[in-house]
Amino acid sequence: MKINNVILRTVAKIVVFIILTLATYLFLAGHNSPGGGFIGGLVLASALVLLFIVYDIETVQKAIPVDFKKVAAFGAFLSVGTGFGALIFDVPFLSQSFAYFNLPFFGETELTTVTIFEAGVALVVVGVVVTIILSISEDV
Amino acid sequence: MTLNIAIIIPFIAAALIPLIYKKIPKFHIGWFAIIVSVVLFIYLARYIPSIANGNVIENTVHWIPAYGINFTAYLDGLSLILALLITGVGSLVILYSIFYLSSKESLGHFYTYLMLFMGAMLGVVLSDNMMVLYVFWELTSISSFLLIAFWYQRKRSRDGARKSLLITVAGGFAMLVGFIMIYSMTGTWSIREVIGLVSEFSNHALFIPAMILVLLGAFTKSAQFPFHIWLPDAMEAPTPVSAYLHSATMVKAGIYLVARFTPIFGGEVSWFWLVTGVGIFTLFWGSFNAVRQTDLKALLAYSTISQLGMIMSMFGMGSAALHFGYTVESTFYTQATFAALFHLVNHSTFKGALFMVVGIVDHEVGTRDIRRLGGLITLMPITFTFATIGSFSMAGLPLFNGFLSKEMFFTAALNISEAGFFSLDTWGVLIPIIAWVASIFTFVYSMIIVFQTFLGPYQEEKLEHPAHEPPIGMLVAPGILALLVVGLFFVPNLLGDYLLRPAMASIFPTLSGEELGVPIYAWHGWESPELWMTVGVVIIGALLYIYRKYWTGVYRLFPEKWSFNVFYSFILDWMEERSTAITNNYMTGYLRDYLVYIYLFFIVAIGGTILYTGAYSFDISGNAPITTFEAIIAIVMMIAAISILFAKSRLTAILINSILGFGVAAFFVLFRAPDLALTQLIVETVTTVLFLVAYYFLPEWQKEDVPRRSRNVNIVISILVGVVFTVIALAVQNGRLFETISGYFENSYELAGGKNIVNAILGDFRAFDTMLEVVVLLIAGIGVYTFIKLKAKKEDEHFEDQ
Repeated sequence: MKINNVILRTVAKIVVFIILTLATYLFLAGHNSPGGGFIGGLVLASALVLLFIVYDIETVQKAIPVDFKKVAAFGAFLSVGTGFGALIFDVPFLSQSFAYFNLPFFGETELTTVTIFEAGVALVVVGVVVTIILSISEDV
Repeated sequence: MTLNIAIIIPFIAAALIPLIYKKIPKFHIGWFAIIVSVVLFIYLARYIPSIANGNVIENTVHWIPAYGINFTAYLDGLSLILALLITGVGSLVILYSIFYLSSKESLGHFYTYLMLFMGAMLGVVLSDNMMVLYVFWELTSISSFLLIAFWYQRKRSRDGARKSLLITVAGGFAMLVGFIMIYSMTGTWSIREVIGLVSEFSNHALFIPAMILVLLGAFTKSAQFPFHIWLPDAMEAPTPVSAYLHSATMVKAGIYLVARFTPIFGGEVSWFWLVTGVGIFTLFWGSFNAVRQTDLKALLAYSTISQLGMIMSMFGMGSAALHFGYTVESTFYTQATFAALFHLVNHSTFKGALFMVVGIVDHEVGTRDIRRLGGLITLMPITFTFATIGSFSMAGLPLFNGFLSKEMFFTAALNISEAGFFSLDTWGVLIPIIAWVASIFTFVYSMIIVFQTFLGPYQEEKLEHPAHEPPIGMLVAPGILALLVVGLFFVPNLLGDYLLRPAMASIFPTLSGEELGVPIYAWHGWESPELWMTVGVVIIGALLYIYRKYWTGVYRLFPEKWSFNVFYSFILDWMEERSTAITNNYMTGYLRDYLVYIYLFFIVAIGGTILYTGAYSFDISGNAPITTFEAIIAIVMMIAAISILFAKSRLTAILINSILGFGVAAFFVLFRAPDLALTQLIVETVTTVLFLVAYYFLPEWQKEDVPRRSRNVNIVISILVGVVFTVIALAVQNGRLFETISGYFENSYELAGGKNIVNAILGDFRAFDTMLEVVVLLIAGIGVYTFIKLKAKKEDEHFEDQ
C-alpha cells in the first residue's frame, strides 16, 4: 500500500527533530522541573514511531541500524548497575549522590548519579516500546 | 570487602564466559574457568593461618539495611573448610572436565552453569545473613538443575533435573519459613546474633517448628532418607558434575546448615534424635541399596547418600555436648563433631576420585554397567590404582584416610550409646549396631566397585570401545585426590590442627575455652573395641561379598512398587492431572469469561472491603468546587465513553477510546500536574499507535450475538464496577488512617539535590521500585518479542525426545 504523502513526509522530517530536541530537554530537565527518564524515553520512542508510520520500517531501519532489544537490555543494565555501583562506595544499594561542579561553558552545574539511573530508564522505555511495535507490525 | 568480591567473582566469570566462548572459538573455555577457581582457592587458602589462630574475617555490604538484610560475608573455621572444598575440588573437576567433555558439546553453557554454581555455593557457606543465605541456597538448586539437564535431549536427564529441583526447592522453601520464624523470634537475620540471643527463646512456641523446617531444608539438600530419591536420578548429569555437585559440595550444603545451626538448636533432644536418627538410618539404607546397583554411577550415588547420612549422624551425636552447657563431660561428646568434619573432608577426596574413575571407565569403554565390565586391571592399571585407593578408603581400611574417620565414627557411636540422657539408655545401643551393619554393606559395595570392574574376565564384545588408559589430563585430577587420600592417613593432624579445630570453635562457640578436638591416631591398641569392629567388618564383609549371590534375594523383600520413587511419581502425576482438570475448568478461552472473573473479584474484594469498613459513608462537603472547564471535560468524556458502545467500526472505537485518555490528560493540566499530563499524553499517543498496529491482525468487527442472559450479567457487572470505582474515588480523601509521609519528600532539594519532588521520589527515595519496574518492563518487552518472533520450528521437535 503506497500512498504519496509528500506533505506528511516533509513535515515529519522537521517535526522529528523538534520532538527529539524536546525529548533531550525533558530528560535533562527532569531533576528540577517536569520531565525525567521515563517521559524523555517515551517522547524519543514516539519520535521513532512517527518515523515508522511516515516511512516504512525497512527505510528507517536502514537509516538507524540499531537493535532496540539491545538498547533495552543496556538500559536495564545501566539502571541496575548504578544500584551495585553504590556498593563500591560502601553505601547501601541504590544510594544516589549529587554534587555541584564548575564546568567551563555551563557555569556551576549539578551533576548527579540519578542521571545515569534515569538514562537507563529512558533507554529501556525506548527499547521496549520500539521492540514491541516493530515485532507486532512485522508479524505479517 | 575482598571476601564479598570473592563470592561475586564466579558470577562475573559466568557472565563473561559466553562472550569469550563466542569471540575466541579456538580457546577452550574451561581454562578460563579453572583460572578463576584456582585463584579463588589460593586466595582462600591464604586465610588458613589466620583462621587457625582463632580469627574470623567479616565484612558487611549494606543491601536493604531497613529490613536488616545485608550482604555479610563471614569467614570462620567452618566456612573455610567448605569454601576450600568448593574451590579446590572445583578446580580439579574443571581440569578433569576439559578432557572429559568433547568440544562439540555446548561448553559455553556448561562452564557458565558451573561458575554460577561455584558462586552460589560460596555464597551459601560465606553468608551470615539468613535471607542472603537462602537466596544463594536456591541458586545452587537452580544451577544444579541446569547442570543435570545439560544433555536435555534425553528424557531421563530432564526428569532427573526436575525431580532434584522439586525436592530441593521444596525443602529450601521450608527452610525459608523456618528462617522467618527465627527472625520473628529474635528480630535479626544474622546467624551469629541469633546464636547470641537464642537461649532466651528456647521455650518459644515457634522454636521447635523452626527447627524442623530448617532441618527439612538440610535433609532435602543432603539427600537424607526419605528425600534421597533425587540423588540417584541426578546422576544423569555429566560425570564431572556428579563428582562436584552431587558428591563433594552441593549435597554437603545441608550438612553445613546442620553444623551452622548446631549452636542454635543443639542440645535439644528432638534435634539430637532427628539428626542422628535420620542420619544413621540414611547411612544404613544407602549402603544397603548401593549393593544391589549394577550401574557404577548409581552405586556411587547410593554410597554418597549413605556417607552423607553418616556425617549427618555424627553431627547429631556431637550436638549432645550442648545439652549440659559447659562441662568437661560435654567436650567428650564433641569428638563426634570433630570426626564428622574430618569425614566431610575425607569423603570429598575419595568420593571425588571414585566418581572421576567411573567417568574414565565410562568415557573409555562406553559403559558403566558392572555386568559388562571386568578385567580392566591390565589395560587400565593407573585407573585401577586410583579406584582401589578410593574404594578401600571408603571401606575404611588402613593406609587410607577413610580408616581414621571410620574408627572415630565407631568411637562416637559407642560413646553416645553409653550416655544416660535423651533416653539413650534404652535406644542408644541401636546406634553402634546400625553403624556397624551399615559399615559391612559399605565394605561390600566398595569391593564391588574394584573387583567387578577391574578383575574377572575381560569381555571386549560387550564394550563399545576396547579399553585403554585415558589421556593423561584426565588422570591428573583423580591422581591428586588419591594422593590426598593416602597423605591424610599419615598426617591427619595437619588437617586437624589447621582446619578442623578452628571449625570446632565455630560450631561450639560456648565451649571454646576448652581444647576442642582430639589428636587423630591410627592405632588405639589391641583392646580398643573400634579395632575389633573394623576387623569384624572386614571379615563379615568379605564373606558377604564372596557369597553374595546366596543372599541378594533379600532385596526382593523391597519391591519396586513400594518405593518412594513410585510415591513421588504418583504424587506428581496426580497433581498434574488435577491441576489440568481444574485449570481447564475455568480457562475457557473466551475473553468475556476472563473479564468477568477479573471484575467479579474486583467487586467482591474492593466493594466488600468498602462495605465492611464502612468507608462508603464519606463526606464530600470539604472538596473543592467544580469549575466550568472541569465540568465540560467530564461531560465530553462521558459522551465519548457511552458512544464507544454504539461505534460501528473498530477504528472509531479506538479513536473514541483515546478521547478518554486525552481527557484525563486535560484534567491533569487543569489540576496543575504537568508531569502527569505530559506522561499521560504521550502514553495515550503510543497506546493508540499500538492499537492501530494490532488492528491489522484483528478479524472483521461484527455485531456480537450475545444471549440475553449474559448480556444482563454484563450490564450488572459494568454498573457495579463503575459504582465501586466512584465510591473509591470519593471516599479516598476521607479516611486518614496513617500519618502522612509527604513531609519527608519536601526536603528533596537538600536530600536528593532535585527540585522536582516526583522525580526525586522515582529516582532516589524509592529508586528500588523504579529499578524493578524497569526490569519488569524489559522482561515484558522480551516476552512480546519471543512470543511473536521465535516460533518453534517443526524440525526441532523430535530432537527433544531421545
